[in-house]
Amino acid sequence: MDNVLSLRFFGPQLVLTVAATLLFLIDLAARNHPRRVAVLSGFTLFSLAVAGVLTATMPSETRLLFGGLLGHDKLAVFFDFLFLAAAALTVLLCIPSRKEIVSARLGEFYALLLILVLGLYLMAGATDLLTAYLGIEIVSLMSYVLAGFRTGDRKSNEASLKYVVYGGVASGVMLYGMSILYGLFGTTHLVGVGSIASQMTGMTSSLFAARVFEGQAAAELSLIVAVIFMTAGVGYKIASVPFHMWCPDVYEGAPTPFTAFLSVGPKAAGFAIAIRIFMSVFTGHGVTDVPWPAVVGVLSAVTMTLGNFSALGQTNLKRMLAYSSIAHAGYILMGLAAANALGVESVMLYLVIYLVMNVGAFLCVIIVAESAGSESILAYRGLAARAPLVAIGFAIFLFALTGLPPFAGFIGKYYLFAAIVQKGGFWYAWLAIIGIVNSAVSLYYYARIVRAMFLEEAPPATSLTTPRLYSTMLVALALPTLLLIVYWTPVTAWAHASFANLAG
Amino acid sequence: MITPTLVHFLIVGALLFTLGFICVLTRRNAVGILMGVELILNAANVNFVAFNHYVAGGLAGQMFGVFVIVLAAAEAAVGLAIVVSIYQTFRSIDVTDVDLMRE
Repeated sequence: MDNVLSLRFFGPQLVLTVAATLLFLIDLAARNHPRRVAVLSGFTLFSLAVAGVLTATMPSETRLLFGGLLGHDKLAVFFDFLFLAAAALTVLLCIPSRKEIVSARLGEFYALLLILVLGLYLMAGATDLLTAYLGIEIVSLMSYVLAGFRTGDRKSNEASLKYVVYGGVASGVMLYGMSILYGLFGTTHLVGVGSIASQMTGMTSSLFAARVFEGQAAAELSLIVAVIFMTAGVGYKIASVPFHMWCPDVYEGAPTPFTAFLSVGPKAAGFAIAIRIFMSVFTGHGVTDVPWPAVVGVLSAVTMTLGNFSALGQTNLKRMLAYSSIAHAGYILMGLAAANALGVESVMLYLVIYLVMNVGAFLCVIIVAESAGSESILAYRGLAARAPLVAIGFAIFLFALTGLPPFAGFIGKYYLFAAIVQKGGFWYAWLAIIGIVNSAVSLYYYARIVRAMFLEEAPPATSLTTPRLYSTMLVALALPTLLLIVYWTPVTAWAHASFANLAG
Repeated sequence: MITPTLVHFLIVGALLFTLGFICVLTRRNAVGILMGVELILNAANVNFVAFNHYVAGGLAGQMFGVFVIVLAAAEAAVGLAIVVSIYQTFRSIDVTDVDLMRE
């Protein structure tokens, strides 16, 4: 599809670009405005809403845009809504906060956040190596800046330095993998006519070798190396082992609203790329003898085990939730290891549920940190007596993260386990067992917080005030966490329809 | 005289990649690490342009190269800004000093 016609499907991205540019100007114009926070937040939420409306009203047909650089399909739209919801929740988290982001720099924060969402859109729609790389880099660059947004705060600075070093290396390694892939197939298009996917379809090992290099072993080896290198880039975005090292430090150091965004937005985008590229290109058509689903299964098992066992000893809540988010990346990878439609749908369902419960958990961390000034577990002692609503809400989110039955996390995990159990076989059974043992381990550290909130005495002379917006958000996020357990079919139906018809 | 072929360019690319990786792993100076990252990006760029010339033809590989140069510049700008901010708070750009959070 040519460039002018493609613009019709590029509306939300254009809106985000224009809004980010305008926001810098509004930021200047409203410098001394009495209701500065309201003006900036209102405009950001408005532009996110406009982008959402444009995303929703676009024709639902499947198209390749800009000469095959970008795909427009329901999978991209599904993830786009996830990103918009995450960004809107992050903006809401910023509004009543007095400590996280100073109001003088709020406009800048929102503008960078909008550009980040633009990068996420590109990632979710990438059907070419170039757009995939571009999307990942836009997201990374904005994340480096936003993680270190509290200038003068040593932890925040340290977080952004560690992020830029790990992120730079991971994306560089991924780029090198992409260059090898380009050399092997002579194109950067992943899907469509003459693309990597179409060349891999029906290509046997010997055909592949004859087309590319003299030696078959060399060609196969370089393909394997290329895929492993690209896994580094995606693995770092979703914080899977062995590319997770940045995660705890960045989560702890970054401003908490951005940590909440980081744990859902870029992670979901990483899975979007993984679904699109790995599911439809590499695992679908086997040129090499490497069993890719088994490799993903091993990654999944190691990731969740390491995440959960590292979380056990943490006393800082943000750091604990960082390790918990690594563990959740491991659970979600189980769905990819199943390497079929049910697996992908369970991944998408889990990402929706994870968005609700994880942002909810970070919301509670912000509420307590605003009053107590600390993210230590000690600040949560006796919370049930001081702020019953927050304590009950936090308990709901934590049990949902564990995957206990009356909460939404259970249905998400149920689908993930169902996907791999349905595949059958010895190794899948072991992966499921490892997943169940891990869920039990995670109960230990989540329940430790609940125990501190409900059973321990509050330190004397502490009070806790909850802004009305935060209480409303708490209820608004707790409700779906409770309701999705009985009424989840719309989400699975939506995921099912989204994965059925990919661009290409 | 040897005519340069694809393999020669790939060897240069692989060497650059390795040197960049070693640079990232061994340097303690934050600016040195960022230089290592640049080497890795340029290694990939050498590959892209060489493959474009010898294998693929067309313009896709060179286009990719131009994009990578722009993004590498942006990454260097952000990276150096972060290093400046690190220097202002820690009075050092040695990455082993910037390690408050490890438990």
